[in-house]
Amino acid sequence: MDRLAPPDGGKKEELRGRLRGGDLLVWFLLVAGAAIMVFPLYWMFATAVRPKKEIFSGGFDLVPSTLAWSNFSDAWNKLPWDQFYINSIAIALIAVVVTVFINLLAGYTFAKYKFPGRDILFLLLISTLMIPIQVIMVPEFFIVSKLGWVNSWWGVLVPRAAEAFGLFMVRQFMVSIPDELIEAARLDGAGEFTIFRKVVLPLSWPVVAVLTIFTFMWRWNDFAWPLVVLQERASYTVPLGLSLMKGQYYTDWTGMMGMSLLSIVPMLLVFIFFQRYFVQGIASTGMK
Amino acid sequence: MTVQQSGELKDDRRPGGVRGWWDRNQRLLIPYIFITPNLVVFTVFVFVPIVFAFYISLNEWSLIGSPVFVGLGNYVDMLQDQEFLRAFYNTGLYTVGTVPTSIALGLLVALGLNRKLPGRTLLRSIFFVPVIISLVAVALTAAWIFNDNYGVINAVLEAVGIGSVPWLSSPKWAMPSLIITTLWVRLGFNMVVYLAALQSIPEELYDAARVDGATGWRRFRHITWPLLGPTTFLLLILNVIYSLHVFDLIYVMTGGGPGFSTTVLVQYIYQMAFTEGEMGYASAIGVVLYLMLLVFTVFQWWFTRQSENA
Repeated sequence: MDRLAPPDGGKKEELRGRLRGGDLLVWFLLVAGAAIMVFPLYWMFATAVRPKKEIFSGGFDLVPSTLAWSNFSDAWNKLPWDQFYINSIAIALIAVVVTVFINLLAGYTFAKYKFPGRDILFLLLISTLMIPIQVIMVPEFFIVSKLGWVNSWWGVLVPRAAEAFGLFMVRQFMVSIPDELIEAARLDGAGEFTIFRKVVLPLSWPVVAVLTIFTFMWRWNDFAWPLVVLQERASYTVPLGLSLMKGQYYTDWTGMMGMSLLSIVPMLLVFIFFQRYFVQGIASTGMK
Repeated sequence: MTVQQSGELKDDRRPGGVRGWWDRNQRLLIPYIFITPNLVVFTVFVFVPIVFAFYISLNEWSLIGSPVFVGLGNYVDMLQDQEFLRAFYNTGLYTVGTVPTSIALGLLVALGLNRKLPGRTLLRSIFFVPVIISLVAVALTAAWIFNDNYGVINAVLEAVGIGSVPWLSSPKWAMPSLIITTLWVRLGFNMVVYLAALQSIPEELYDAARVDGATGWRRFRHITWPLLGPTTFLLLILNVIYSLHVFDLIYVMTGGGPGFSTTVLVQYIYQMAFTEGEMGYASAIGVVLYLMLLVFTVFQWWFTRQSENA
């Protein structure tokens, strides 16, 4: 550990030659750490495809003796998983559309218009950022039930649509759009709606992408609020279905790991294809 | 509605009627129109519930029938409720166990991955992946890995001669199991935030220090660490807030048990409200938690303002 490499400094060609001493040790430790990070995911897979009787053998084999793919269909058929997936996908997709629409308009307004009450309103909205759902769960459930939204997709997604995080994210982004562009369009006689559609929206795709991905993730992984709103099994989402699998006395571990693995595949795919947006989203909200 | 009515009344130089009125006033009205969808959802599902929660916390109410006003009764009850006090203690224990550790690990990994090392892009992705996985899936996998009888951790501990540990069935070990699992989840988040901060430190500073003969440790101590100060502070607050929020992981992995050994405040609120039907008491605990979080949020604001003005 004799030196701290400068961030992103140096040339690519140096890479190989430099890797000795301290760097080699660091690299070794990082790879070992990465192995620990990956292990639970591998174990999820290894358990899911293992023949059921191997689970309780007492010993531990890193690699399953055979691949019992039928574990998946066995587990799938024990609960109405197709219904759970339909509910989860519908909630996540509708939530993306509603959340992005609502927050894009509001975020743009807070960033680019001056109007009486703006700052106090924004502070008020942002102050709700850190309230855990449990704090307002009781009255919120009361309101949702008065609207007749218990067991419905709307009851899950509408209350969370004005996500303060999303508003914050959009505002931070919109502030960086040059005022001159908007003023120029105004001088050309464009109405405010037209300016939003023709000038602002085309520049906003990066933040739309980030917000889309985060909203999808939040709703796909959501548990606490759906647990309250969705009470009939037919209305359950995937995470609620998963929580049903952990029995008090007996748990089908292979089936449970199989269904857990399946449930994270959509997020893994989103992550593989849109990785940089995750980092952007965290850097722009976590940091600021 | 008001747009049309007043449009008929006002009519001067510019083209008349609704259209003319709109052209003249749209810059004034548009901001309010644009934020209306957001404000409606916020008002109905956040602001009203917050006020409502304060009100319910002063009542005894089971969701059916009408609330009975008890003043500060619920808050007084809290002080004598052993289970509440235990949940309060557990929340603190969990926070202390997860916050400094996950920040330190995130910093270590970020420092390593900020070097030019082969495969570092892949390594960064691997450390980050747990952040995006649903906590329910994480909790179930952890419950399996930590399983007392058939879990892989105990199998390894047996094999190396340490002997198995009753991870999830003993009140002593359940909390450590949760904390270890949380570290796995949160390390990547802290790493990403630190990496972004590290990349914004100008390289010239290190060059200058090297010329002056500063060793690796001293460069870290006198350049990196002070410059990461704001990031560390921010992560401290964010991680405390996340720890106070934790629900999914505990609810699924241990269910708050064994006994009350891993019950935290958010779970106790849920349990009081939806298992016991004590809406007033649950709301009162919610108010207490809200006030705790407010302190940290205000800290964060104040701090963000400071660094933006600087």
